[in-house]
Amino acid sequence: MTDSSEIGTYPSSWKKAPFIKNSFVRWLIIVGGAIYLAAALGTMNIDLERVKEGLPRAQRFLEAFFPPNFSDNRGVLWEGIAESIWMAIISTVAGIALSIPIGLGAARNLAPAWVYLFCRGIIAASRTFPEIILAIFAVKLFGFGPFAGFIALSLGTIGFYAKLLAEDIENSSASQAEAVKATGANWFQWVNYSIQPQVMPRMIGLSIYRLDINFRESAVVGIVGGGGIGATLNTSFSRYEFDTAAAILIIIILIVMFMEYTSSFFRKWVQ
Amino acid sequence: MPASTNNGIETWRLRTSKEQWIRWVCWLIGIAIIMYAWQMISEKTIWFFVADAPNQAADISSRMVPPKWSYMAKLWKPVWDTINIATIGTIMAMAIAVPVAFATARNTTPNIVVRTIGLFVIVSSRSVNSLIWALILVFILGPGVLAGTIAIGLRSVGFCAKLIYESIEEIDHTQVEAIEATGASGSQKMIFGILPQVLPTIAGVGIYRWDINIRESTILGLVGAGGIGLQLNGSLNTLAWTQVSLILIVILVTVFISEWVSAKVRGAII
Repeated sequence: MTDSSEIGTYPSSWKKAPFIKNSFVRWLIIVGGAIYLAAALGTMNIDLERVKEGLPRAQRFLEAFFPPNFSDNRGVLWEGIAESIWMAIISTVAGIALSIPIGLGAARNLAPAWVYLFCRGIIAASRTFPEIILAIFAVKLFGFGPFAGFIALSLGTIGFYAKLLAEDIENSSASQAEAVKATGANWFQWVNYSIQPQVMPRMIGLSIYRLDINFRESAVVGIVGGGGIGATLNTSFSRYEFDTAAAILIIIILIVMFMEYTSSFFRKWVQ
Repeated sequence: MPASTNNGIETWRLRTSKEQWIRWVCWLIGIAIIMYAWQMISEKTIWFFVADAPNQAADISSRMVPPKWSYMAKLWKPVWDTINIATIGTIMAMAIAVPVAFATARNTTPNIVVRTIGLFVIVSSRSVNSLIWALILVFILGPGVLAGTIAIGLRSVGFCAKLIYESIEEIDHTQVEAIEATGASGSQKMIFGILPQVLPTIAGVGIYRWDINIRESTILGLVGAGGIGLQLNGSLNTLAWTQVSLILIVILVTVFISEWVSAKVRGAII
């Protein structure tokens, strides 16, 4: 049946289909990527001598980390942790309280165009700058201490929470909203009974996630003077008390692990 | 249906009395914690400075305009460094994160010990902020771009690995079974059965993380790890407010461009 010419044209091996189908685009990306990498690595000024010098230092450094010193000689460790926790809680609450009106305003299906643009602007501004930069300015304005950290973290929360809230509202089912509207509900009743039940489970999960982020961020706003455990960590680095720094890092990791565990538990419970 | 009886007339209620009470107690506890937290923060606050904040804000903003545009000439190199820190850091992170993700995902992990180690790597990388990684690495490697790049890389491993391993756990098993039925070995199953399914996720996560890393690498300079943060720190310390405002504008533009690029590329992939 089959004649030899047909067998000849039939491919005898199979090749995996490439990820990017257009071969011109594929080669453009490969060549462009290679040129960029060469340029980037070329201008990075990697000082191998310095790295070589640093390796024994890294070893000594890691040795200094162990055993971690939880004894808290200067009495600031637990105070710093507590301050971070309070700061994380209060900034999450304040941030969410600010996010709710902004998030409602930034949902296209709830707000008129000018409110929408205004609220989206706030969100974009808050998302652009990292918490640290917000913290630098908060420290300049409000002085050193946890209050500056609180302000920075609250502002950072808006960009995250309001954006997700707005997106969730935009994705919520319109038919439920319509049904509630048909009963003659006013705007607040409408939002309360049709939108809120739809977005609530996810929002509770996200608020716990944000608490987790705020706690982690509170560990760094201290580096620029925003209070919390970051200040303690920074001091212990500058005083070369690496065993204390190791203890702080371990405590941070444990608290974050605990929070992650509780947040997954909470989310299951809410849904 | 929960209802309350009032003068013999049943009225609809959203919740039963028990639910109502539980909610009430939860709210009470929540508010008590918040009030206590606020108390702790306000104890450590010097309210005089807070009251003075509007004056300070007005003062600083009047010093910040107009931005010193001529300073831009000195900023091109730091911006280039910042982008490199983010890009090479992300590439490094992905190179580590993909194997870690495969070792951690429930359906591809060799055994429970490896999975636990993988989870530990992911959590510790995620818990420690890139600024703290940078602080440590500057001690070891000396100040510069390299410390920043490695800091970004180490920080991103956990994030990327977590998202990738979750998507590996959610793959369609029939495809893997089909590959297995052809007599494929373990590694072939991985390459032809699992990898094609998660490749879009891997690419998407990489791009998404790159976008976040651009933002993070702008601040690494505060602890000496290179990038535009160095200039920002220098300008803040010398109170050169017109330079600060220019740097902030540059960061804003860089972040917007990276966000736009990331959205475009992700749209093309997924």
